[in-house]
Amino acid sequence: MDFQPSETRRMLADSIAKTLARQCDYERRRAVAYEEPFHDPKLWDALAELGVTGALLPEDKGGFGGEGFDIATVFETLGGALCPEPMLGQLMGLSVLADAGADCEAALAGEVRLALAMGEPGGGSGLEPPATRARQADGGWRLDGRKSVVWGGGSAHRLIVSAAHEGGTGLFSVRAEDAAVAPYAMIDGGGAAEVSLDDCPAECLIADGAAALDRAVARGQLALCAEAVGVMDHAQGLLAEHLRTRKQFGVALSKFQVLRHRFIDLCVELEQARSITLKAAGELDTPEGPRAVSMAKALVGQVARQWSEEAIQLHGGIGMTWEAAVSHYAKRLVMIDHQLGDHLWHLERLAGAYRAA
Amino acid sequence: MDLSFSPRDEAFRAEVRQWLADKLPKELSQKVAAGAELGKADLEGWHALLNEQGWLAGGWPKEYGGAGWDPVQRYIFEEECCRVHAPRIVPFGINMLGPVLMAFGNQQQKDYFLPRILNGDDWWCQGYSEPGAGSDLASLRTKAERDGDHYVINGQKTWTTLGQHANRIFCLVRTSAEGKRQEGISFILVDLDTPGIEMRPIRLIEGGREVNEVFFTDVRVPLENLVGEENQGWTIAKYLLEHERTNIAGVGYSQEAFEKLRQMARKLTRDGKPLAENTLFATRMAQVECALEAMRLTNLRMLIEAQARGEAGSAPSMLKIKGTQIRQEINDLARRALGPAAAPFPSELVAANIPHPAPADQARSAHSYFNNRKLSIFGGSNEIQREILAKQMLGG
Repeated sequence: MDFQPSETRRMLADSIAKTLARQCDYERRRAVAYEEPFHDPKLWDALAELGVTGALLPEDKGGFGGEGFDIATVFETLGGALCPEPMLGQLMGLSVLADAGADCEAALAGEVRLALAMGEPGGGSGLEPPATRARQADGGWRLDGRKSVVWGGGSAHRLIVSAAHEGGTGLFSVRAEDAAVAPYAMIDGGGAAEVSLDDCPAECLIADGAAALDRAVARGQLALCAEAVGVMDHAQGLLAEHLRTRKQFGVALSKFQVLRHRFIDLCVELEQARSITLKAAGELDTPEGPRAVSMAKALVGQVARQWSEEAIQLHGGIGMTWEAAVSHYAKRLVMIDHQLGDHLWHLERLAGAYRAA
Repeated sequence: MDLSFSPRDEAFRAEVRQWLADKLPKELSQKVAAGAELGKADLEGWHALLNEQGWLAGGWPKEYGGAGWDPVQRYIFEEECCRVHAPRIVPFGINMLGPVLMAFGNQQQKDYFLPRILNGDDWWCQGYSEPGAGSDLASLRTKAERDGDHYVINGQKTWTTLGQHANRIFCLVRTSAEGKRQEGISFILVDLDTPGIEMRPIRLIEGGREVNEVFFTDVRVPLENLVGEENQGWTIAKYLLEHERTNIAGVGYSQEAFEKLRQMARKLTRDGKPLAENTLFATRMAQVECALEAMRLTNLRMLIEAQARGEAGSAPSMLKIKGTQIRQEINDLARRALGPAAAPFPSELVAANIPHPAPADQARSAHSYFNNRKLSIFGGSNEIQREILAKQMLGG
């Protein structure tokens, strides 16, 4: 049993953090995250250069990582800087490409950006079986349907699309220029898109893609947990600093017991979130993986909301402003629970296991 | 990063499991599983079996007759014991006084008392809290005044757990009124047979006798029963509390209680269906299971880090706060699962020879729930733990 990150992963995290400190400080991040293309292509290239994209797949698929701990290292570090780069789509897209035995090289190098187009309009969790249809025509495939809130959809070169056909749920690769993509900013920064597919040409990656999709989504769920840990870790520093320096009634806020104890409760929950994310990372590719990931997403989703609301409350009025860094960290924490199943979705999945056996 | 147990640890687990299968008496584990109160003979018998194997004091170094286990081994041992409903080890001699004597006791005290703890010659109890000194321990007023080659002790201690079984008590007493409150405290060992000591039971919320109050009237104790230096007691007290708290996450107990709850949720019904199919109940179970699984790793992570650092740091306080919250939440669900059948008072039904309407091993669920409200109060209340952490993270 060893809770120390490997030397390689520690070095990767350090070099990502340094690059983010230079190219993704608060000011720059705020400017970039809300203006088309809702990320910074130069930063994307720099991260790819560092090996961030390469770390998302194992060696036998052309990368140099791909384990749960690699994914967690990357996304925790990105979270610390609220990095708006569409890395989640790259992670899930690469997972599908690798499972399909497709060529991953350009995506591993970061030259091709991927987005996973899964959720559809209608207000669900985004994890329901697709209504989008796939059919064979002229020796190829055509897709019809709409995909909604596709993270990184506006900046992706290729969309990995889930669509139903007679043989089950298939996974298809669509060139961005072949689909109608309407990009926009999200409330917590970064970009997403609505995607319309009308008789859209597509390449079939995996005809029976349900298992591959589950694997990709599990990787994404782990990544979101790790990102949240990174966000909370940074917010902990902001909050401690605020409590120590902000004075009211002539004394620092850190003197007020009610605030001290609420801060400590957050710190305790952060350690819990860290631990359960480690578990998800460690068990990702085992038969226990889906359960571990759901445990993590369920716990992290709740802790993240608590962190967000308390960080705003303990900052007082300034926490309500666009100007304060903490408000952006708080927003990201809440919105993470809207991606790939919220904590209720995951709790229900876990609770189902008590009935069986 | 490696979250799995090493082959060495797995071999250790197998050894512990086998030994427990061979040695743990059935009737004892049944009592524990049912949450029944254990008598003195039960606990002493269990200590003797462990001591024979050299496992009674897992954390003590080998030179003192301990097993010299590292934190992971101690955790595995606890987990395995809980899994098969072994009694807990009575902590006062093993986990509290033992480490104090090793760190602060003189050679004579170590040579005499440590083997007696292992052999069961002495049953120690704790004289820390007083009616006016709970969380604010430094305000304690029980006085020890020098008179020739003796201290004369006057005052009152309280919350003395299992004092009714003990023959000795370690006490914090005031030996000086000068300087800061913390500076006038000493750590003294007292033989409970000494004239002038009276122990009275305190009946607890669930009806059981677990704790006592102890009155001292002109109790004469030899000067050599002082541990460490006079007026150094506060340092010792803090050291002891830190040791007490290393096991306080209680992960093994929570795991065992959750497993019982999981089984119960399949057997018991709500509106004609298994309780496990009640979404609200099952969701609360899932919630606490996530927290418990996280706690298992938080516990191991922090214990390993603390050992590597050579100091406990924030670990004990963090583990105590969250670990006790989780145990209490499981207790809450276990009592809730029974519905009205949680209400009948187990001891009254036994007295009247009426079978309890709850399943036999669940009859004491409400009892355990009420009794375990203590978890967030004793050993430094959870609010005191928050204050300890806040001092580390935000300053005074």
